Amino acid sequence: MNGNASSCGQAAGSDDLITGNVNPILNEIRHALKKLLEEGESTIIDLRALPLGPGEELQLESLLGIGEVTANIDAMGPSTVNETLFAGVWLVTHRNTEDAILGKFIEITRYPSILESQAADMRSALKALPGLLTENS
Amino acid sequence: MADDRTLADILRSQGISRRGFLKFCATTASMMALSPAMVPKIAEALESAKRPSVIWLSFQECTGCTESLTRSHAPTIEKLIFDVISLDHHHTLMAASGHAVDEAMHEAMEANYGKYLLIVDGSIPVGNPAYSVIGGVSNLDQLKEVAKGAAAIVSVGTCSAYGGLPYAHPNPTGAASVSDIIKDKPIINVPGCPPIPVVITGVLAQFLTFGKLPEMDELGRPMAFYGQNIHDRCYRRPFYERGQFAETFDDEGARKGWCLFKLGCKGPVTYNACATTKWNEGTSWPVEAGHGCLGCSQPNFWDMGGFYNALSTPTIDLTKTAAVGLAAGAAVGLAAGALNRSKKSKAAREHETVTVKDLEKGEKS
Repeated sequence: MNGNASSCGQAAGSDDLITGNVNPILNEIRHALKKLLEEGESTIIDLRALPLGPGEELQLESLLGIGEVTANIDAMGPSTVNETLFAGVWLVTHRNTEDAILGKFIEITRYPSILESQAADMRSALKALPGLLTENS
Repeated sequence: MADDRTLADILRSQGISRRGFLKFCATTASMMALSPAMVPKIAEALESAKRPSVIWLSFQECTGCTESLTRSHAPTIEKLIFDVISLDHHHTLMAASGHAVDEAMHEAMEANYGKYLLIVDGSIPVGNPAYSVIGGVSNLDQLKEVAKGAAAIVSVGTCSAYGGLPYAHPNPTGAASVSDIIKDKPIINVPGCPPIPVVITGVLAQFLTFGKLPEMDELGRPMAFYGQNIHDRCYRRPFYERGQFAETFDDEGARKGWCLFKLGCKGPVTYNACATTKWNEGTSWPVEAGHGCLGCSQPNFWDMGGFYNALSTPTIDLTKTAAVGLAAGAAVGLAAGALNRSKKSKAAREHETVTVKDLEKGEKS
């Protein structure tokens, strides 16, 4: 589980080059997961809002690991949704079409809402399907 | 020109799905430093937001603020926001069109009187307005004319917010900020030299989302972006706490990424979003690149005593002040002495390990 911790620490360039914010975030995740189980309330942590030193974000991602589910979304650029090794803890990364990261979030939830099909899109799909049927008949 | 389409209509017409719109809202919330829990509310507000008319005036400036926005890689949130607003007039971008631009501006002003958003970059020379004239109209007159019909004014960049570089001592043009001149309109300052692109568009997004200017600090800056101190959010802060400082730009401390305070970093007195939002699509920021913060989002940052002087370095020449005191008489001399003691004790109190001598010699105290 945490076998990668030391190697990721090196990614920062120095063992000293850390803010010490990785463990507090892991604690926040622990509390949020408990809340999800007991009260059903989801939590989203915006990694952009936290000061992390070079390599620390990588360290955090490495510690959380990649679990059973990975989904790719193509909407205004690619987004990736990974369930981490910890069930209920997801890493959501949004990128633009030039692959630059727009935002990175840790979501503690049953599944991130970005995966859900949206009503507006489903209505458009419903309108488009008769045309497909006509073409194919 | 402003039209009746909402932001959601515009995005939909560009083939962007509802899921894409939600992604846009999630990254916009992050950009505005709002809680991710606000995403559904932002989506709801943005869906019904109308396309506002925007007039952008450029005065005594270097075009860095416009460059900051337009050099962003497309398609970014910045581009999307600019697709949504109706940028009816931009002094610099439209300069090649000559007088036709002025006509377009007046048409936009007439059609949207009382509703348009005015963005200003650059300071305004009031000492002698002839120092900066566009199309025969002084900056001062143009600002007053266009501000009259504006719903709100956004001062983009430190020059328009606080005077900036033109205002630096000895302020040869008599440069003034927008808020020095316009007193009867809501004004928000988005300082920086230049401001972070997403901070500029974040303020526009907030205006679109909430229909009003966001909460501001005492310097008229949006709290969402300027509410936190660079030093407090800096990833090098732990080194400051441990007393580990880079003494030169190529010593062991610099290589190990230690605190840049002694090399003149103004992070402890600067409020901006650089430490978390970063630059170039979140790639890095000055401190991460190994250079101290210049304090560019603060008033008078050009006159803060030198970019490479530690904050604890007195900003006045104490020996000269003392000499004047002696020449002018005992009373003034006593005052200068008291000033010296006050400055020195303040420096000692705040940063005991740093002295002017140490910094000049590059010695570790």
